[in-house]
Amino acid sequence: MLISNLEIVPGRQVVQHLGLVQGSSVRAKHIGRDIMAGLKNVFGGELKGYTELLQEAREEATQRMIQQAKGIGANAVLNVRFSTSSVAQGAAELFVYGTAVVLD
Amino acid sequence: MEALLNLIVVLILLALGYGFGRLAENRHYRSIRQREWALRELLLFPERRLPNYPQIPRTVLVAGNVVISVDYFKRFIAGLRNLVGGRVTSYESLLDRGRREAILRMKEEARRKGASAIFNVKLETASISKGQGNAIGSIEVYAYGTAIILPRPDADKVLFGIQQPPYS
Repeated sequence: MLISNLEIVPGRQVVQHLGLVQGSSVRAKHIGRDIMAGLKNVFGGELKGYTELLQEAREEATQRMIQQAKGIGANAVLNVRFSTSSVAQGAAELFVYGTAVVLD
Repeated sequence: MEALLNLIVVLILLALGYGFGRLAENRHYRSIRQREWALRELLLFPERRLPNYPQIPRTVLVAGNVVISVDYFKRFIAGLRNLVGGRVTSYESLLDRGRREAILRMKEEARRKGASAIFNVKLETASISKGQGNAIGSIEVYAYGTAIILPRPDADKVLFGIQQPPYS
């Protein structure tokens, strides 16, 4: 499965467009990580726990998108975009979407 | 008495935030400048179209993210700044550090994969936790783009057996 945020793939032709595919993942903060983050709010700096948390959530969302694309018979997802929104206090939604296509 | 105690706690937090925050920021900027210099040959383009490469390149999605928080002292200063308006320099440096760090992480991933350029670079910023009041506590920056991996420049020599390929 080829994932790209360009509209084309060099040297290959798009044979068929299959429409939009998407994946999302909603994550809440971890209590242990929250305490550490509270400390970091005094000293400033990177919140490593959150960096990892959000990265994992994004990977999961991407996996879901890939599953959906495979389900409709695509072999690549082009023009991929990521987006984040906070749905509630302490929870964030990571959203990824793109165009499923069949490449030759 | 209790009010005095609260004041002392706040002053200690301010002093800690000022001291450690400054130290951390200076260290971070030093590391950012050093890594930017080391990765200067890997070019970034917000352009969506690829130039005509002589050989067909491989493409792969690369990304970098960072969650970064402001210290207590800077948040306090920004709170004061809210009263009078104007530039909030303490948050400017936070966002600058966040963006540069995310871009560097993306570049490092691209370098590990042997890329020579990254196209269609997008940056996304989200405020993940609101601090006291409406102040921004910490932000997440996500940078992503498509890395271009060119075939080896001396691929034709390898093909004709002049050189042994160092990797399979």
